[in-house]
Amino acid sequence: MNKIKCECGHVNPHGTVLCEACGKPVEGNQHVDGNEGQNLLNMRYEGSARRSQTYNKTIVDKVWNFFSSVKVGVWLIILTLIASAIGTIFPQEIYIPGSAPASTYYESTYGLLGKIYYQLGLHNLYSSWWYTLLIALIGISLVICSIDRFVPLYRALKKQKPKRHENFLKRQRLFSETEVVSKEDMQKVKDQLKKHRYKITEENGHLLAEKGRFSRWGPYVNHIGLIIILIAAIIRTFPFMYSESSLWLREGEMKAVPNTNYEYYIKNEKFTLEFYDENDPRFGETIKKTGALIPSLFQTDVVIYKKEGDTIIGQEPKLKEVQRGEIRVNDAMKIEGYSIYQASYQNNEFGTMTFKLHEKNDPEEKSLGEFTVNLEDPKEEYVLDNGLKVRLDKFYPEFFLEDGVPSTKSKYPRYPAFVFLVYPPEKDEPEKSFLGIGFNLDPNEYDESKNEMVENNYKLSITNFETRFASGLKVKKDYSLPMFFIGAMIFMIGVVQGMYWYHRRIWIHPTEKGVWLAGHTNKNWFGLKREMEKMLLNTDIKLPVDQQELK
Amino acid sequence: MNNWLTISGNLLFTAFIFYLLATIFFAATIRDKKDVQKKQGFSARIGIILTIIGFIAQVGYFITRWIASGHAPVSNLFEYTTFFGMMIILAFIIIHFIYKVNFLGVFALPVALLIIAFASMFPRELSPLVPSLKSHWLYIHVTTAALGEAILAVSFAAGLIYLIKVIDQSRKSKQTFWLEFVLYSLLATLAFVLVTSSFRAVDYQATFELVNDEEATPIEYHMPAIVSPVDTVLIEEEVMAPLFTVPSWMEGENAARKFNTLLWSLSVGLILYGMLRLLLRKRIGAALQPFFKRANADLIDEISYRAVTIGFPVFTLGALIFASIWAQEAWDRFWGWDPKEVWALVTWFFYAAFLHLRLSRGWHGEKSAWLAVIGFAIIMFNLIVVNLIIAGLHSYA
Repeated sequence: MNKIKCECGHVNPHGTVLCEACGKPVEGNQHVDGNEGQNLLNMRYEGSARRSQTYNKTIVDKVWNFFSSVKVGVWLIILTLIASAIGTIFPQEIYIPGSAPASTYYESTYGLLGKIYYQLGLHNLYSSWWYTLLIALIGISLVICSIDRFVPLYRALKKQKPKRHENFLKRQRLFSETEVVSKEDMQKVKDQLKKHRYKITEENGHLLAEKGRFSRWGPYVNHIGLIIILIAAIIRTFPFMYSESSLWLREGEMKAVPNTNYEYYIKNEKFTLEFYDENDPRFGETIKKTGALIPSLFQTDVVIYKKEGDTIIGQEPKLKEVQRGEIRVNDAMKIEGYSIYQASYQNNEFGTMTFKLHEKNDPEEKSLGEFTVNLEDPKEEYVLDNGLKVRLDKFYPEFFLEDGVPSTKSKYPRYPAFVFLVYPPEKDEPEKSFLGIGFNLDPNEYDESKNEMVENNYKLSITNFETRFASGLKVKKDYSLPMFFIGAMIFMIGVVQGMYWYHRRIWIHPTEKGVWLAGHTNKNWFGLKREMEKMLLNTDIKLPVDQQELK
Repeated sequence: MNNWLTISGNLLFTAFIFYLLATIFFAATIRDKKDVQKKQGFSARIGIILTIIGFIAQVGYFITRWIASGHAPVSNLFEYTTFFGMMIILAFIIIHFIYKVNFLGVFALPVALLIIAFASMFPRELSPLVPSLKSHWLYIHVTTAALGEAILAVSFAAGLIYLIKVIDQSRKSKQTFWLEFVLYSLLATLAFVLVTSSFRAVDYQATFELVNDEEATPIEYHMPAIVSPVDTVLIEEEVMAPLFTVPSWMEGENAARKFNTLLWSLSVGLILYGMLRLLLRKRIGAALQPFFKRANADLIDEISYRAVTIGFPVFTLGALIFASIWAQEAWDRFWGWDPKEVWALVTWFFYAAFLHLRLSRGWHGEKSAWLAVIGFAIIMFNLIVVNLIIAGLHSYA
């Protein structure tokens, strides 16, 4: 840890290549940036003492040096790039058809390659440990390489003095010597420098004109943006930052909004599905070509209620309407940090069913009366126009036979079946009817237990039905979004800052025999040369020569 | 309504013709004996004026089509790709006025021409917007992403010129091979356009029916079948019989037809390439080299790099940031590892690596030019392969 004292009096940290203050090459460190034996100085990071170039003994040094290397960084980027691309060869598991299990889907769809893809776990590549590790390594690399460069660079640019060592000036890429320079010419150049927005500092006639230093921080700023994005991605894994749940809400149905601790309730007033008109003058041709209807709107009209006061378990909550509106794709509804999205819909449930009663032996099945059952809220008894009564004895919303006994799979009317009792005026005993979609059973088969053959005189048939929509909604809370956004903005600012401004410096150095002029820029040498041409116009000061082009 | 569409089609055609003429004028500037760097020769001035007129015509196409469909025409593969071509022209015009280099037009314009011609091979009818596309973010995201990619395409054009200029053509090498490969790829794209439009002009049709499933929709080819779909039989008798059947693992939508088109493009491209080689009696790269003799290699390198420094941030903004904002609004997640998203990320990673290699590791000149070419290949992969072959949320065609 021996500090290096330069002849100009400035004390430099260990590992410095060019003195921070005067730029004089430090004896013995010239190999670091390849300055040894070169005509021109390597000006990267101002020849400052970078940790990665200075220490290489302990394991910490080695890790630090590994991650601060651009070469390693680029390799990490390339590896991640290749890995990302591999993940698109076959669809990821989340994109395969919902009904197919991944274990058989890949093999049956893509053959042997698909099987290998599945067995290597590539069907969930982006959440695999090694992909996460790659991203994490990039993150570590971003942090370490930025610190390794930013800190010494900042020091060097802060400590720099207008008076530079002659060795430093002579070995700049742009350099000229002029023997006689008049005072007027010097003043002219100064004015020109000011006009070109250079900031001038002087020390005993030695002059440093500098502009655009802030562009040097661009890369670090954009790296900070990226790091913020990566941190946001980590934070997002905590439930208090991010939650996601979905719910199916049928028309007319009300449910508690998930994850809100029964604070909010949502009711689906109406779901709308619209399609483009096949005869539309603009789009008709495409629609006919597609051979299927093209949807134009998915919309759920909802009402949001908020619970008022405390309720004990089992008690009906008191609800107050707080918001009413439409949820569409691309147009979510927001309530207190939650966003409710239109995600999908289903139309496989029945809303109402209409039945007619007719005489069993009537070949024309003339209606003796109709009634409609609301499957959401079926009544026990229906009275027909002619006074006949029908009782709903049993209702199976999603009918199936469990060991020969009728049963229901769910409470949702996807495959409803009914047992009705019909009360004919001429009989005391009701007639039993058991029917559903696609079947209308003879009650005699069903009514064996009575041990008598009761002939039904009447029969019920389904004449009409309405299906109802279930709207698939997603409820999301994501407090990490602003952080992602800020990270992205900082990244953009950093990129622009680093790319579209240039750090230009011009040194004017009076000597015993005239004036030396040197120029340096971190990029766009064309631009600096053009600018210097303009500024030195009509003066005796010689235009600097590009010493790199000379070789 | 249809009037607007007709006008729009005519304007696009006009633009195409103007770009074609402009290319010829820019090609003529190469033979100009005057110093190409400083002074704008007569033909160069004509060239840029024609380009601008063409661009205005194409803007007219864009506006009239917008009026006809009621939404910005960037919603299907034809519209997007055409817009991409238009943005290349815009990027070229801007860079032309910054650097005043004429030779850039000799490659940037043909690339744009090829892309617009390629676009018109896709269905051109107006298509309605599905609910997830109904958002002002459609315009913001798609236009910015296309502009970013277009500026990167100019980087490719400059990189290609650089390679043609500097690669040693006196002997056969890896470099000469890959340069010929890049030029062949351009010819294969041209072949695709030629083959598709020729068979379309004669209304060619070959229909395949599934053997075991008579009710399934027959598969229609619009060019002679080199390769037939699995388990099908050709219905027409007077058309060419397929040479072989597509391998059974190619199961994507219309995989056989796409594969057939690919085979046609590659083989006609090969024929075009072979004819050119016979005609020139040397590598195409070698034949092109003398044209760029007086171009300043450093300046071309600078243009290629500068285009990346402009294109990269625009691309990031359009294809990643705006894209995520929209994805958040439409699909409630800003990132979902959809293939198109992944390939935008791949492109971004690639150009990030490009910039690090150039700025920190000093990859200038030839290495940088190769990277510009590879970058464009990735962009084209994302445009063509990801849209047509890898199914995902972005497959419009």
